[in-house]
Amino acid sequence: MKSYILKRILSLIPVLLIVSIVVFMIIHLTPGDPASVMLGPEASQEDVEQLKNHLGLNDPVYQQYFHWVEGVFQGDLGDSFFMDKPVTAAIIEHLGPTISLAILSQITAILIALPLGIFAARKRGTVTDQTFMGISLLGISIPHFLFGLFLIIILAINLRWLPVAGYRPLSAGLWEHIKYLIMPAIALGTGQAALIARMTRSSMVETLNLNFIKTARAKGLHERKVIYKHTLRNAFIPILTVIGQTFGTLVAGAAVTETVFNIPGIGQLIINSVERRDYMVIQGTVLMVTVTYVLINLIVDLLYGVIDPRVRLKKES
Amino acid sequence: MGEHLLEVKKLKTHFQTERGKVTAVDGISLHVDRGEVLAIVGESGCGKSVTAQSILRLFEENGVTTYDGEINFEGKNLLEQPLSEMRKIRGNDISMIFQDPLSSLNPVFTIGDQIMEPIMLHQKLSKKEAYKRAIEMLKLIGIPAPEQRVHEYPHQISGGMRQRVMIAIALACQPKLLIADEPTTALDVTIQSQILELIDSLRQKLDMGIMLITHDLGVVAQHCTRVAVMYLGEVVEEGDVDSLFENPLHPYTQGLINSIPQLTGDRNQKLSIIKGMVPSLNDIPKGCRFAPRCPYASAKCIEEKPALETLENNKRIMCWHYKEIEGAVSNAT
Repeated sequence: MKSYILKRILSLIPVLLIVSIVVFMIIHLTPGDPASVMLGPEASQEDVEQLKNHLGLNDPVYQQYFHWVEGVFQGDLGDSFFMDKPVTAAIIEHLGPTISLAILSQITAILIALPLGIFAARKRGTVTDQTFMGISLLGISIPHFLFGLFLIIILAINLRWLPVAGYRPLSAGLWEHIKYLIMPAIALGTGQAALIARMTRSSMVETLNLNFIKTARAKGLHERKVIYKHTLRNAFIPILTVIGQTFGTLVAGAAVTETVFNIPGIGQLIINSVERRDYMVIQGTVLMVTVTYVLINLIVDLLYGVIDPRVRLKKES
Repeated sequence: MGEHLLEVKKLKTHFQTERGKVTAVDGISLHVDRGEVLAIVGESGCGKSVTAQSILRLFEENGVTTYDGEINFEGKNLLEQPLSEMRKIRGNDISMIFQDPLSSLNPVFTIGDQIMEPIMLHQKLSKKEAYKRAIEMLKLIGIPAPEQRVHEYPHQISGGMRQRVMIAIALACQPKLLIADEPTTALDVTIQSQILELIDSLRQKLDMGIMLITHDLGVVAQHCTRVAVMYLGEVVEEGDVDSLFENPLHPYTQGLINSIPQLTGDRNQKLSIIKGMVPSLNDIPKGCRFAPRCPYASAKCIEEKPALETLENNKRIMCWHYKEIEGAVSNAT
């Protein structure tokens, strides 16, 4: 297992290298001169030159890259031009709401998807199965924000059970914190649930047809044990992959949903910085999101080894 | 004659498919006694495996299978038992081993876990005691260094070893009946005979009845007491091994025996085969089911279905012309 982990981690190095180059190039590939775009059309040539010098835009590209990477390793992603604070601080500020929302959405998604997918798999081919999968197709097709708006109308405006929008940090109390996240979590979670449920169903159906399931039944095991012990664990790798992917997208910030519910998360940070051409923030945030995505995939890969001995033992021999 | 350990009476297994209902096993009757080995032979698609799995009602969970007839095991009709009662019988009184030992073992659990599972379930032993039993079982089936093997996973051991593990799982609760569904088909020839000898010696030790499903007539001749020949969901001939091999009555049985390659005799003689293929279950011939492929088929065979006749020596046969054919075959030799 140890060498498996080490190999997985080493394989990240080239990925991260490429990611960092691509992210860095954003500033140079976008049309127009970053400094003049930032300062607007009325800025004088002098001001632009001064900003260029300040940002180091007059240095050779590779030098700029190394300078930036050096900073990244020290936790310095540069400064936001508009917010007048370090990019790292801005990210940390917006990361809390996004992580909270991502975790809550993912829990909602898994709680809906796994039982539904398993049930549909057990009833495969029946009307129940087809109904469930039809509903899940609907869940994938309806945009999250639209569903979010429905929720606002019903739960917040008509029933007045939940606040319409906004965000309270965890420090304001757990219920206060969660109260504001319930609707966005449901809006995002149901969409993810549809994906996970479909994968759960197909993976379970495939596994249920394997011979060892027959062996398990022939042993006299209860169907519950056949399903949850023998089938689910074998079916779990593709399910876990989808869970990892959906979680990755959530951490990247569900920009539209965050906007609908007015949650100051990473998605909003990215949108605002793009609007303002705040290049350092865009660069830093995209880098952070990509690295998180890569790390989530690493964790998923490592969990493969925990679930399936063939994965962890093959890598060793 | 007393009660049989297992007595199958007019068993029918129907599957509901997209193209309508098919009857994979169509009214077969069989019995197995303690200590004896009944072989079920026939080509692929004749309903051998379906028969085997019907006895444990393993098709139940998919919800598209129905059964008719009786499966009497120790006086109880299994088809009338509730599923909870079936679960007590599965793996405890009746065990089963399958064709492909790799895919029949769960890849994510250790061998030990998988052997311990039925022991803990049926004999209500603690984990520790079950672990000891598992090691004893591994010793019994001849796996070296059982204390290490229990912690290994199926993919870490060889095919022959895996089938031994399957046998250990099946025999862990000392069943009265073992159903072996082509246990050696996926194995090397040398391993095949080892496994069959192992099953044979355990049969004597535990006084089990065995239902051995195979298409290998060599295996049948060596290891079985009685043989039932199945064709397209029906038993077409049944009898003691010796009489069946010496004097096969049904043209299908003759065809099967003749298609075994001979090591002695005229090398230039062509290997005889049964012409055609087993028809689909959606397309069952009206008269004798074997008639379209039978070299002796008459108009009667195509029109009218023969009944299963019982002859002397517990022999049973389903053929219109077995008497004439018998004469023809003995004249020819």
